[in-house]
Amino acid sequence: MSSTNRHLLEVNELRTYFETEDGVVKAVDGISFLLRRGETLGIVGESGSGKSVTNLSIIRLVPNPPGKIVSGEVIFDGQDILLLSPEQVRKIRGCRIAMIFQDPMTSLNPFLKISKQLMEVTQLHLGHSKGQAYEHAIKMLETVGIPDARTRVDNYPHEFSGGMRQRVMIAMALSCKPELLIADEPTTALDVTIQAQILELIKKLKQETGTSVILITHDLGVVAGMTDHVIVMYAGKIFEQAKTTELFARPGNPYTKGLLRSVPDPTAEQGKLYQIPGAPPDVSHLQPGCPFAPRCERAEEICRREFPPFVELTSDHHSLCHFAQEVFAASGSPEGTRA
Amino acid sequence: MTTVPTNDQPLLSIRDLKVHFDLGSADILDRAFRAASRGVVKAVDGVSMDIFPGETLGLVGESGCGKSTLGRAILRLTEPTSGQVIFRNQDLAHLSSRGLREQRRHLQIIFQDPYASLNPRMTIGQIVGEPLETFRLARGAAAEQRVKELLETVGLSQRYIKRYPHEFSGGQRQRIGIARALAVDPDFIVADEPISALDVSIQAQILNLLERLQEQKQLTYLFISHDLRAIRHVSDRAAVMYLGKLVEVADAKTIYDEPLMPYTKALISAVPVPDPQIEATRQRITLEGDVPSPINPPSGCRFHTRCPFAIEACSEVEPQLVEIKPAHYAACIRISPSEPHIEDVAPGAAPGLEISQKPDLT
Repeated sequence: MSSTNRHLLEVNELRTYFETEDGVVKAVDGISFLLRRGETLGIVGESGSGKSVTNLSIIRLVPNPPGKIVSGEVIFDGQDILLLSPEQVRKIRGCRIAMIFQDPMTSLNPFLKISKQLMEVTQLHLGHSKGQAYEHAIKMLETVGIPDARTRVDNYPHEFSGGMRQRVMIAMALSCKPELLIADEPTTALDVTIQAQILELIKKLKQETGTSVILITHDLGVVAGMTDHVIVMYAGKIFEQAKTTELFARPGNPYTKGLLRSVPDPTAEQGKLYQIPGAPPDVSHLQPGCPFAPRCERAEEICRREFPPFVELTSDHHSLCHFAQEVFAASGSPEGTRA
Repeated sequence: MTTVPTNDQPLLSIRDLKVHFDLGSADILDRAFRAASRGVVKAVDGVSMDIFPGETLGLVGESGCGKSTLGRAILRLTEPTSGQVIFRNQDLAHLSSRGLREQRRHLQIIFQDPYASLNPRMTIGQIVGEPLETFRLARGAAAEQRVKELLETVGLSQRYIKRYPHEFSGGQRQRIGIARALAVDPDFIVADEPISALDVSIQAQILNLLERLQEQKQLTYLFISHDLRAIRHVSDRAAVMYLGKLVEVADAKTIYDEPLMPYTKALISAVPVPDPQIEATRQRITLEGDVPSPINPPSGCRFHTRCPFAIEACSEVEPQLVEIKPAHYAACIRISPSEPHIEDVAPGAAPGLEISQKPDLT
């Protein structure tokens, strides 16, 4: 592992398209971002925005056909993953890059004991013997806070609750000490009190191991508490990217601003909730111009005609909008962010 | 938001409502030998509350706490095991099916999953028009006109009347479900997790729609959700449920700002706030463990297995819902009207023990 490159992951102009009966769906359309070592990056967006496909592309798990990574680079620790052979990718996937998915029930095999599923990972990647792998599995379950791990390790998935299953998934993901952990909506299927437990666990393990994390979620609250940087996606594009504190304090994109305002704020007085009109677009039939224009209150003629530029607001803050500077400036004023 | 009702006559009174599901015997041999049942799930176990005209009562709790079962039992979509649901001097829980059908006109429900709750083989016109026909409110051209009006009311175009559910997005389907509920001009609507399946930007639209309809039609809502932020936003009063029982009832703002129950505090503390500054500094109360199984719920206070303030007596005495502060009810033996804040109560003391041991004080 080279420690010279500061960036663990560099994604350049990634495009992943799906061939459907309805035409080509540009699920991910020209995404670029950097992930520094030890950093947590949040990717937020509504369903269909391309956030999950982005991450499936990074680990080369896009179902093909119908999906295809059309162009771009995914440079992980100096190597372009998209150029590797399937065997080489398999060595990285599950080992140096690990994943946790939304639904812990469907991501575990219901017919196999937890022990078997955990052992598989380290036997394959770390060359553990059966005995070593078994002990390692118990140690990992203890790490993620499963009580009585030595007996629980031989249970089947259905004997675990949702929160416990997600802990098992995390144990499996962290078995090989990955450099990058991709968590795709890891707490969406869980209750709030269990969500809090799992988020605390991810935070704690991240501190201990120094793993970099990509956290995909639709919940702005989760992003606020967990991440260093945020990417906001809409219709397969990055609409805004910034440091988390900056994005919440000074959003530079009307979509981000709308999203932030449409979450009920328990600390504020009740009034009519801000709502973004309309619904997310059908990405197989995008009109020219800005994909958010039909729902945007700031939209003008130019937005419907021309695709917006990706404007640099500060060195670490970019926004895809014709009026990015103006929106950003307005957010800086005291009443700007939360109307 | 509507104002908190001044009228003291409740629209709906629920009295000691219980919904138990018998799991039955394991197999036919067991049944032949009359073996004991495998257990009873006490989904709702003695809930009493009043819902006042024009208010929104938020019902919040984790999955499996019985909140949806309670909502369904009010409308008798799930048969209550015992207890009363009094609506306009009639006990819905004990009405004949004919009598119930007459009353159902006034009580409707909106379901969580807009994909599963609309018949895929019926057009939108048929779906929204069906209640009109069932209750003989309108037919023919009049019914169609009414359906068109209903679609407009919920923000859908009249042109959609001939389309099928699969042609609509989640948010639009939820609007169709709302139009169907409104078709019979109900007084009371159970909204069972109406926004949980929707995208963030669509959730706000549906919440605003529900609020607008409430103002226009003087509706009363029981708003069921696991999302405390949404509950705080739409509700006048809120009730917190844990394993089949109500544990705290108060004004929605009060319950959020000054919760009394350790469980409510943990629940609020677990909700992530969309503000990095607050998230970085606030102390989170993380509950240990999972929600226990409702088949064999813990004895005494059902929360005692996860409660940081639990003492010996908590596992023995079942706490009653007591008015701790004016219009603020909580079920905890470790607090009382004279000592409402659990943090200030002396270690091991249980000032509310006596009240809970006297039955029927609420």
